[in-house]
Amino acid sequence: MHTYQIVVLVPYVAALVLVAIPGYRVGAIVNVLASAVTFAAGLWLIDGGRTVGPYAIVDEFNIVFIVINTLVGFTTSIFSASYIGHEIKTGRLSPGFVRFYHAMFQAMMGSMNVALVANNIGLIWVGLELATLITVVMVGLYRTPQAIEAAWKYFILASVGISLAFFGTILIYLAGQPALGEGVPAMTWSLLQGVAAKMDPAILDLAFIFLLIGYGTKIGLAPLHAWLPDAHAEGPTPISAVLSGLLLNVALYALLRFKMLIAGQPAALNPGPVMIVMGLVSLIFAAFMLYQRRDIKRLFAYSSIEHMGLMVFAFGMGGPLANFAGLLHMAMHSLTKSGIFFSVGHIAQAKGTQRIAEITGLSDTHPRLAIAFALAVLAISGMPPFGVFTSEFLILTTTFAREPWLALLPAFGLLVGFGALLMRLQGTILGVPTGPTHRVDASFVPIVLHLALVLAAGVFLPAMLVAWFQRAAELLG
Amino acid sequence: MIRGYEISHLLAGVMLVTSFALLYQERIAAVLKTFAAQSVALALAVAWAAYTQDRSELFITALIALCLKGIVIPVALYRMVVRLGIHREVEKVVGVGIALMVGLALTGLAQALLLKVVQGTAGHAREDLALALAIVLLGFLMMILRRNAVTQVVGFMSMENGLILAATGARGMPLVVEVSVAFSVLIALFVFAVFVFRIRERFDTIDIEALDRMRGDAR
Repeated sequence: MHTYQIVVLVPYVAALVLVAIPGYRVGAIVNVLASAVTFAAGLWLIDGGRTVGPYAIVDEFNIVFIVINTLVGFTTSIFSASYIGHEIKTGRLSPGFVRFYHAMFQAMMGSMNVALVANNIGLIWVGLELATLITVVMVGLYRTPQAIEAAWKYFILASVGISLAFFGTILIYLAGQPALGEGVPAMTWSLLQGVAAKMDPAILDLAFIFLLIGYGTKIGLAPLHAWLPDAHAEGPTPISAVLSGLLLNVALYALLRFKMLIAGQPAALNPGPVMIVMGLVSLIFAAFMLYQRRDIKRLFAYSSIEHMGLMVFAFGMGGPLANFAGLLHMAMHSLTKSGIFFSVGHIAQAKGTQRIAEITGLSDTHPRLAIAFALAVLAISGMPPFGVFTSEFLILTTTFAREPWLALLPAFGLLVGFGALLMRLQGTILGVPTGPTHRVDASFVPIVLHLALVLAAGVFLPAMLVAWFQRAAELLG
Repeated sequence: MIRGYEISHLLAGVMLVTSFALLYQERIAAVLKTFAAQSVALALAVAWAAYTQDRSELFITALIALCLKGIVIPVALYRMVVRLGIHREVEKVVGVGIALMVGLALTGLAQALLLKVVQGTAGHAREDLALALAIVLLGFLMMILRRNAVTQVVGFMSMENGLILAATGARGMPLVVEVSVAFSVLIALFVFAVFVFRIRERFDTIDIEALDRMRGDAR
């Protein structure tokens, strides 16, 4: 049994077990334990053997994603335990729903891991679709009119994206068929990559457009992002953390796999410029949208669009250095953004609202929470010494070295976004406290862990980590 | 003598026509009947592909399409509409004429794209693929133009019909994917059912318009 099978199977088995557990406290513990086992298996993969089979692939590139996925899944399950406890106490969720929630959480983690280890382009699609449908149900969990509207919008847009991506997958299969014959081989990513040079460039062009729009909807790229802020704002906060920190990454991973495939055929269109344009549009658009937000979770949802745009821009630039910076930024963003959602979840519980105007003066009422939140916001807005600064700096400098004028655009977008976060969030931390406050038993372990990792990456990147990310970046081409 | 691909083109053409019909039907009952007809045509097309490509496993896909999408789902949706007392007329965003013209343009676009681009692949697969893309695009159009939860469900499933047609048109595409498409429809239906009932709990109507009034973030 290979380790990747543990990464995929443990969450699904845990989901089945969780269905049978009525108590929410026991359920939360099992949820944490299962996530811990998955994370351990994910870590084990770094040292374990690489494998390329007909259905699964483990290479340097997807191990980066798997480790981040299982790590954030693990810390989110810890946060979720205290978050859910509070929701049960205040009566927003009933124990029956929490049982359902825990099972779905594990099933979602399992489906994302399926998409990440799959070597079959159909299986990547299935994993991503399953994970998306599960998050749709989770977004509607509170059953308020807003939550249902958000889930409905998410479902409609996601299914449109899903269908387009599927059509693109069929086209890739058709392109690979002449070289590989009918059946499973023409859907196997590693074999397709081997014969990419023999594929019909016209079909590949068309397929990439479908895949870019299809998976781009999931990444949250600008004209297709409408579902993202609503889905983040209305669902339970652990789901917002997983959506921003992980699901967007998995969609990006799928797109990058296809980019690697198409790069093998020089006559096909170059995905780079298309991705650069879409990334920049998302980045700048989202940065300006930040100024008008009134809901704190929506604010950070737009910030996720901004950062996903920056990553797509970096991967569009391509080359070992830009890819390295893009991967690093992805890791840093996942850790920081989920850390932010952990603290925002507790803040919203403490103040009983998500409206920014009504959340004021946290430093007086909840000093520890305020410090954690302030540090996380500084980190995400790209302040040194945090790791987000390192990755953003790397992206900008590599761009500047190659296309000096082009580097101005992402730099401008990041500055605009920085100003917006500072302006909108000053009052929440420093202002005069108003309104009622509630006591929350916040769990600081996940927040501190994430911030410590981001800080460590910013101060000192271990040579081992650099070498690992470099190998992954080289695979990306 | 009729050739194999002519039959498959005929069935794909029937599906395309039903897609157009879905754009202008006025009553929910008629929309559901048209969708059922489309699914039956899909089942026949998949069965025909199974016979000509000599792939018996495709008969399972055909059977799933016939039973679930041809019979069970339309009947279930209709009974739900009756039981919930949803008004039977469908509100439309634009008139029939404009909807059909846009549909025609999308169909033309699909043909132009695929017939021009996909030249290398064997024989008549690309023509089936072009028809399938047209059906997918018309499904989108229906989801956009008809602001009602039930018709949006139908638009989504009609889109899935187009996708299954495309997948069977690609010779030898492993059954894994077809099963997953059928599976996804099941999940989608589950999700939709949950929503439709929750919407019913919260609102008097099942119109998406009612949802649009509930904006979380005041603009």
